[in-house]
Amino acid sequence: MFGYANPKRYQALSHYIFIAAAILATLFLSFGLYLALIASPPDYQQSETVRIMYVHVPAAWLSMFIYASMAVAALVLTIWKHTLAGFYIRAAAPIGAAFTAACLISGALWGQPTWGTWWVWDARLTSVLILFFLYLGAIALNNAYDNPDKGNQASAWLVLVGSVNLPIIKFSVEWWNTLHQPASLTSLSKITSPGIHADMLTPLLVMAVGFLCLYSALVILRLDNEILSRKIHVLRLRTING
Amino acid sequence: MAEFFNMNGYGLYIWGAYGATGLIFFALFALTLYKTLKLKRERRLLEKQ
Amino acid sequence: MTRKQQRISAILLVLFGASIAVSLSLMALKENVTYFYYPSDIFEEKKEIPRDKNFRMGGLVVEGSISKSGTITNFVITDTVHTISMSYEGILPDLFREEQGIIATGQLNDDGIFVADTLLAKHDENYMPPEIAKALEKVKRSDKTSP
Repeated sequence: MFGYANPKRYQALSHYIFIAAAILATLFLSFGLYLALIASPPDYQQSETVRIMYVHVPAAWLSMFIYASMAVAALVLTIWKHTLAGFYIRAAAPIGAAFTAACLISGALWGQPTWGTWWVWDARLTSVLILFFLYLGAIALNNAYDNPDKGNQASAWLVLVGSVNLPIIKFSVEWWNTLHQPASLTSLSKITSPGIHADMLTPLLVMAVGFLCLYSALVILRLDNEILSRKIHVLRLRTING
Repeated sequence: MAEFFNMNGYGLYIWGAYGATGLIFFALFALTLYKTLKLKRERRLLEKQ
Repeated sequence: MTRKQQRISAILLVLFGASIAVSLSLMALKENVTYFYYPSDIFEEKKEIPRDKNFRMGGLVVEGSISKSGTITNFVITDTVHTISMSYEGILPDLFREEQGIIATGQLNDDGIFVADTLLAKHDENYMPPEIAKALEKVKRSDKTSP
């Protein structure tokens, strides 16, 4: 089951995945930016500000996807005590925080011209802000102990408890009256008839794939750092203990 | 060209959103790379000992 | 129980506890989590609305109901069942127009008019180019005229 969870075998494979992800990210993001900023039409209501959606929505998707993947890693770490799962939480949390920050900032820049306000404390915006703090908390706990394994386990518990927030973010726009609009694509009623015209859906999806590739490339770089950092930690312990 | 950057008066918001996102990820990438270089140097020093 | 089973049950217990705690606090905070009320909430009185404090009302601006006198804008909002008249003094957001969803903060006065001191435009979940919107509008209009 964990054949590729062996760090050596993992690194041999990850090198090729990194190259592929980096190339794909460059291709998709440059094509996505061209579509988003130049080739796509303005919206009938919000005119040009719709272009902010092409970074905002993919960033929001990634922020939730990364957290969900960290929750799976937290399960693996807690149940099977698999070290690599702890490395993954360490590697992924700052990237997740970056996507959440991008989502919040682009959202505020969209909200000001469209709604008439940068920020409101409605259920959607507040739950995403909590997601951002959960990421910061996970990063802080990772580094809170001298023994990195202890830090990873503490962080894993926070990630597990915080995963309760994911369904709240997703369904906040349906469960409560919010200023934020409901989902245009990812709800049951919208699967057959999406609320986004094809000319706007294409840049959105291209940017989303681009972000996913960017994430894969970054997380592999950061995982390599974690593995290297662990090797150094072990080397140091050996020199100290003679 | 000026018209393209003006974006019908919404230029600051749109370029702000794309610029901030770009900046965040550039910073994260730079930090990651800096850490890689630092760690590699550290390992070389440790292996010499 | 093996150590592994103990860890799994610990996880389940923690997740269960966290979801119960969060659901309970969200239920307790329901009035605060609800960002705004619809006109029907006022008429049907199902929800407790803090009438002595500022609260938010949301709905669609009724076609043809907007009138301006100086800096004051008067209009009517609807949730397709009930309507409420509103009066707002200040700068309107870009998206403020007929049939647009809005959220206003303010209070009901004695005449049943909602006096708003802030006004936000609510965006819906539909995105399309202007030409498509025009074409859709045409289809809607011809549907209305032809029996």
